[in-house]
Amino acid sequence: MAMSLAFHIIFAVVGIAMPLMMVIAEWKWLRTRDEIYLTLAKQWAKGTAILFAVGAVSGTVLSFELGLLWPEFMRYAGPIIGMPFSLEGFAFFLEAIFLGIYLYGWKRVSPRAHWLAGIVVAFSGMLSGVFVVTANAWMNTPAGFEMVNGKPVNIQPIAAMLNPAALQQVIHMTIAAYAAVGFAVAAIHAFMLRRDARNPFHRRAFGIAFSLGALMALLQPLSGDFLARQVFRNQPAKLAAMEGLFKTETRAPLHLGGWPDEKTGTMKGDIEIPSGLSLLVYHKPEGEIKGLEAFPRDQWPPVAVVHLSFQIMVGCGMLMMLAGFIGGWLAWRKNSPCDRKWFLWLTMLCGPLGFVAIETGWTVTEVGRQPWIIYGIMRTADAVTPMPRLVVPFIAFTVLYIFLAFVVIFLLKRQVFQSPKNFGEPERKKA
Amino acid sequence: MTLAELIGFVMIVSLVLYALGAGADFGGGVWDLFASGPRAKRQRELIAHAIGPIWEANHVWLILVIVLLFVAFPPAFAAISVALHIPLAVMLVGIVLRGSAFVFRSYDIQTDDVQRRWSRLFAVGSIVAPIMLGVCVGAIAAGNLRVHAETGTVETNFISQWLGAFPFAIGLWTLGLFAFLAAVYLTNETEEEELREDFRRRALAAGLAVALLALVSFVLAETGAPLIRRGLSKEWWSIPFQIATGLISVSAMGAVWRRRYRLARVLAMAQIAFIIGGWGLAQFPLLIGPDLTFTNSAAPDSVLRALVKALVAGAVLLFPSLWYLYRIFKNPVGR
Repeated sequence: MAMSLAFHIIFAVVGIAMPLMMVIAEWKWLRTRDEIYLTLAKQWAKGTAILFAVGAVSGTVLSFELGLLWPEFMRYAGPIIGMPFSLEGFAFFLEAIFLGIYLYGWKRVSPRAHWLAGIVVAFSGMLSGVFVVTANAWMNTPAGFEMVNGKPVNIQPIAAMLNPAALQQVIHMTIAAYAAVGFAVAAIHAFMLRRDARNPFHRRAFGIAFSLGALMALLQPLSGDFLARQVFRNQPAKLAAMEGLFKTETRAPLHLGGWPDEKTGTMKGDIEIPSGLSLLVYHKPEGEIKGLEAFPRDQWPPVAVVHLSFQIMVGCGMLMMLAGFIGGWLAWRKNSPCDRKWFLWLTMLCGPLGFVAIETGWTVTEVGRQPWIIYGIMRTADAVTPMPRLVVPFIAFTVLYIFLAFVVIFLLKRQVFQSPKNFGEPERKKA
Repeated sequence: MTLAELIGFVMIVSLVLYALGAGADFGGGVWDLFASGPRAKRQRELIAHAIGPIWEANHVWLILVIVLLFVAFPPAFAAISVALHIPLAVMLVGIVLRGSAFVFRSYDIQTDDVQRRWSRLFAVGSIVAPIMLGVCVGAIAAGNLRVHAETGTVETNFISQWLGAFPFAIGLWTLGLFAFLAAVYLTNETEEEELREDFRRRALAAGLAVALLALVSFVLAETGAPLIRRGLSKEWWSIPFQIATGLISVSAMGAVWRRRYRLARVLAMAQIAFIIGGWGLAQFPLLIGPDLTFTNSAAPDSVLRALVKALVAGAVLLFPSLWYLYRIFKNPVGR
């Protein structure tokens, strides 16, 4: 399941962000009638098509796996968190329908209708992401029901969907999706620009993708702060694990890097910023933050994994922010970022980081919730299927996914790593 | 009609729509595998052209059914997931292979050997998935999934509920129905007389196989699925309903025979709807026989009410969009 999710999350994120860029490119074409933008929109649409199809089938696998692997969890939680999943179903429906129109309808509908279809794809893609994340947020901060004799009663699906963590997680994840995909696509075009610096196709592509990625990377710390303070309120043990904080302190330090040792309850090899954590949480240097010692030992999440993942996520985010900042500054100084070799290298370096940040961030939220599958209510071990030899389907799906990933990379390489030279009529006239 | 029954009805309708759309897409994969003769390449192109824009949308109906099942009838979902884990997992592999191979094929280089490799995978996926879907349906229809009333756990060794002659007969029947449906659709998708004849012959062959498998399934049901066998004749309208289904199936074949393709398409669609609807009626009020009914496995009313509202809101957006999609790509015929 974790494997499927880790795999699906990448495609889902691409399905959220790629259509937006494709629509921006097409909009530029409609505005300027610059054929390069049309070529770009079509090129990106191809990439979207491949990734969306794989995302769609891997998403189907997930909807079944919920039951195949966690029958107890679903029997318990299905009715409570069904609302976002039902709505997600419809959002996904709309995305699939209008993507079909977008991909195959270039000649069948008017340019405006075609562009609007793209808008629907981008919007419903974002919505389906939003709904799924609210369901995940519910696992972190369950709401919308009451427990009577170990059974959930008085279920209010809407209240469950709008649980305390929903808004923060949704914002954080959506921005992350746009930032990661923006940077990844910018990196691909930066790679091409390194060899073919004057190609207007890649320059324009880089412009759109990098602007989106940079803007989102610069916004992300705000949403991160918003989310972290929510975690502090609702899941203090998770926050303590994220920050590697073992002792409860009123001037809690911020640990950068380092390896938390669960046995001795100390941090090793970290850089400590006094009062840093209290400052971040309370926005002032003093304020009590519970350390792990405040929780029973059997309710600790695996501290090292959570802390390390969190540090990696933040590090990636910082680098992307830095790149975004430099890029913005270069553009403001009228130096096109495309002409700086070192900057292209920097962008290429940042390309995979967004996805690393997403995977590690997801690890933080999932592993940080352990040992609970529904925070404070159901333990993960109680939810798993009684089916023996789970390792067999696990290996089968893993092999399948690795195979798919290879094919996708291979195809994208051929489809997307191209330098189109002819852009319809206007370009040829110039030549 | 209670809320639970209403949602059960929506699930059956979704399943019918899934069969009519995605079922035919699977059938297309079957004909891709059996593409032969001087027009093999054009047959494949026609299939790809027909399902390209719509298969992903068609596919979502299955997700909707699953979501409805786990939201509205969680014990049923848990029971199926546990007892039918293996066929469901195999079906998923089929679905993944089918979908990704199809897309990979359209975006990979257009040389013959590369295309053939993806075609093979696409076809294998298209055959495995419907068989396994049918096996699961057969296992549910057989009504041998005992669910403990108190704990809600299902009694199963993960194998014996689905590994039997009856579920597999239903699996093959499903495959045959989808292949028949696809061939009938494809006769409507082309203006070329020769291609049309190719698919007419294929439709007739599949139709015969369907009739044969229906008979086999019926005989096997005697011992393999007494629940559904009884259900098929329990009410006053049951027998007339079966006769109507049979008549529609025969007329669909007749329409193909007489080259009335548009009529054949309507009749083939009606045939599928009647078969799935008949299954639903035959086992109503049981959802997962013999222990879970639509009533005793339903989620609380507050959940169902919210779900119905979500369904209505979703349908308002969904059906116009679907109509738009099909208007662009499926009308006028053969464009």
